[in-house]
Amino acid sequence: MPAHSPKSRAPKSHYIRDIARLDTSSAPERVRAIRAAGVAAFQTTDYPNTRMEEWRHTNIAPIVGTPYQSLVAPTEHGLTLSDVAPFLLGDGAWTELVFVNGYFADDLSVKGALPRGAFAGSLWEALLSDSGLAEAHLNHYLGPRNTFTHLNNAMLQDGAFVYAPKNAALETPVHLVFLSTAQRGPETAAHPRNLFVADAGSQVTLVESHVHLAGDTPYFNNLVVEIAVEANASVERYKVVREGARGNLLATTEVRQARDSRFRSFAFTLEGAIVRNQMCVALDGEGAECELHGLMLDDGERLIDNAVNITHLRPHCRSRIAYKGILGDRSKGVFLGKVHVLPEAQQTDSNQLSNYMLLSDHATINTKPQLEIYADDVKCTHGATVGAPPEPVIFYFRSRGMDERTARGMLTYGFADEVVSEVSVAALRERLEAYVFEKYSPRR
Amino acid sequence: MTTHTDNLETAKYTGTRVERSNQEVADLANRAYKYGWTTEIESETLEKGLNEEVIRQISEKKGEPEWMLAWRLKAYRHWRGMDPPTWAKVRYETPDFQDISYYSAPKKAPEKKSLDEVDPKLLETFEKLGIPLGEQKRLAGVAVDAVFDSVSVATTHKDILAKKGIIFCSISEALREHGELVRRYLGSVVPANDNFYAALNSAVFSDGSFVYIPRGVKCPMDLSTYFRINAQNTGQFERTLIIAEEGAEVSYLEGCTAPMRDENQLHAAVVELVAHKNATIRYATVQNWYAGDEEGRGGIFNFVTKRGACLGANARISWTQVETGSAITWKYPSCILKGDNSVGEFYSVAMTTGRQQADTGTKMLHLGKNTRSTIISKTISAGRSDNSYRGLVRVMPKAANARNYTQCDSLLLGSTCGAHTFPYIDVRNRTASVEHEASTSKISEDQLFYCQTRAIRPEDAISMVVNGFCKEVFDHLPMEFAVEATKLLGVSLEGSVG
Repeated sequence: MPAHSPKSRAPKSHYIRDIARLDTSSAPERVRAIRAAGVAAFQTTDYPNTRMEEWRHTNIAPIVGTPYQSLVAPTEHGLTLSDVAPFLLGDGAWTELVFVNGYFADDLSVKGALPRGAFAGSLWEALLSDSGLAEAHLNHYLGPRNTFTHLNNAMLQDGAFVYAPKNAALETPVHLVFLSTAQRGPETAAHPRNLFVADAGSQVTLVESHVHLAGDTPYFNNLVVEIAVEANASVERYKVVREGARGNLLATTEVRQARDSRFRSFAFTLEGAIVRNQMCVALDGEGAECELHGLMLDDGERLIDNAVNITHLRPHCRSRIAYKGILGDRSKGVFLGKVHVLPEAQQTDSNQLSNYMLLSDHATINTKPQLEIYADDVKCTHGATVGAPPEPVIFYFRSRGMDERTARGMLTYGFADEVVSEVSVAALRERLEAYVFEKYSPRR
Repeated sequence: MTTHTDNLETAKYTGTRVERSNQEVADLANRAYKYGWTTEIESETLEKGLNEEVIRQISEKKGEPEWMLAWRLKAYRHWRGMDPPTWAKVRYETPDFQDISYYSAPKKAPEKKSLDEVDPKLLETFEKLGIPLGEQKRLAGVAVDAVFDSVSVATTHKDILAKKGIIFCSISEALREHGELVRRYLGSVVPANDNFYAALNSAVFSDGSFVYIPRGVKCPMDLSTYFRINAQNTGQFERTLIIAEEGAEVSYLEGCTAPMRDENQLHAAVVELVAHKNATIRYATVQNWYAGDEEGRGGIFNFVTKRGACLGANARISWTQVETGSAITWKYPSCILKGDNSVGEFYSVAMTTGRQQADTGTKMLHLGKNTRSTIISKTISAGRSDNSYRGLVRVMPKAANARNYTQCDSLLLGSTCGAHTFPYIDVRNRTASVEHEASTSKISEDQLFYCQTRAIRPEDAISMVVNGFCKEVFDHLPMEFAVEATKLLGVSLEGSVG
């Protein structure tokens, strides 16, 4: 144990400078309050570092050490509809909102039909409108997670706001495309903020794509997402990360579920430099259920961290975690799964699974599936495996006249497809299947 | 310490035998004691506090060689720059390290004249564990007869061991008699600056056991501190070093099932095992130190560093532990699997009741090819206790075909306790296969109901289920230990299940 570990000395001045550049005159009262509290918390907390238990294997020094310049106002994006078309999924039928470098781009977005009272659009605009809907939920669910979530509060500007009114079902998915472009300039940081509220008895499917047209430009996205799933509501959320080769993403998603609600989530991390997906779910009503899936396809020198945190606060809730990963080259993967069962949460049913496959001897996987349990009448299990396809399986394929490469490719594809095939949005599933097939196909 | 004997000696452990031999014992007691620690009793206790001067005095009093003092001082200098670990899921007030006396003669508690003066609760526990009368007296600090009863046992065993070339003595004695061996291996598995408590131990360790099994020798009996009477009261900072040369085999037992009371609150022991090519070391521990009163006051803090190194090919190290005592347990018996095909095993039962807190588990470091490890951990929490399993399995890039299987199950008895699992899996080789399984549950109503319909009382039913839950681990204990461990769990469970 290193003694008297030196405190992180990385400067925060560049962020403080940019916070001061924010336009405060037009910001609503609520936003100013959140920003002020965010600045205070940001200044008094250390950057995450590997001496912190939660970040032990996730070295984000390249992010902390870069003096990113934060974006404080939207600029002319100079994109056309044909530039964003490859990222869209809905064939004109969905609501697909495009955010360029964190700011809503109305002219690039597709507006599908939404039920009456529903909203899908810019968070900033929703805050400026006098409905008070976004304001009532904003920052109600986010816990004091880390310096970067505080920074997101301090930099609070735009992002997506989706609202499903009581007992309404949004028939087509709402697709949110977060596009980073080279035009933002090198070493810039964006701090987008999303808020999704599913009111009692409603149903909504959300797809979040984190994509880029930035080439090799180094950039950093610091994302916070809050999701409220009210009583008996049902939310399905897909997040697909394909950031640039030098694009970093730190994302924290905080979910609060009320009585008898259902939440199903998928996190696909396919490309990027350093990507951390933190998913925190609070089961705060009897009978709530959540199902969290994840898949990381890690190669090159990439670092992917999936941190999942489920808190069972009330009785009779059910949670499932199933995360998988394939790691090649010199990549590094981290999985931290924590299920916390509080004394009141009797009859909890929780199951956690994480399976990883290494394709190279230079790749590293750290997995930490944890249980913290304070209630006795519970059923909690977790399982974790790390391994390669067993030799007898390869032998079976070869005895059928298939060469070893094909056999390994098929097995790797099959391993990943177990997650992909669970995707219920057909357009997304097909894209992902094609992507995985292409990536691990032996013909490559 | 009521524990294991081989069959030949069993007769000596009946109460009647002890009573009958009272005269012999009295004779023995009057004889000058020739195995070493009686002189220490006469020496004074050092003043409280820790500094270099204190360490010099400890070393001098023990008549240690110069290199040993240098080693201790180096450890002390490291320790000064270290902070107590805070990552474990235990809460306690850090002891004041300057308020401890680091060298004291074996403590002589005020002697009681007969068992009538002993706390009846303690006697009741002894009765339940089936501890022979003479043994009860010794444990409760009544006179000394039983201790001297074991002197004869120890002597007999010493002869057998000496014939095989096995060295089994206190580490102080080993420093004097086998200095080169100790020098070569001490700190080779747990370096002096390994962690805060290991560094403290390295600086001030009082005594402990030293075992050396020569090449190709299978130790003819299970070794236990119990037979080494001068291991009594080695107290707070025990240091154990076991070396098995090529092809050697040894099984070592530590601790006892009877509740041990000790005035020292802080215990920071270090155990190092070295297994060379084809050697096997089995290390079993039963720990039942005083856990404090109902509010958790006064219990023992047990901060132990235990680690074994499989240096050569096909070496095997197996840890088995039954942890039921101590207010705070912080203990991770580990294996460094360096030799190809070496095997590491960890079998553990940790039970906490009252206000106890335990954070225990293991580390398996796979360095060599085809190394295998198995981890079976069973934790039982009751009362208002907190019980955590924390384990690391690390497969290094060169450990091709490494295999690990981990299973950790927790049983919760009552809704005011906590059971936690913190496994760390860290794999850097693609041919490795690591499996981890964990579950947490309570004893089901169905199981209890079934037993009750068979006219088994609820307490007995719970005891049965708990013992079944732990069976996989108990199977790895020597038979006598296993029998007592079963009883021990039963006793610990009493009153904790409502």
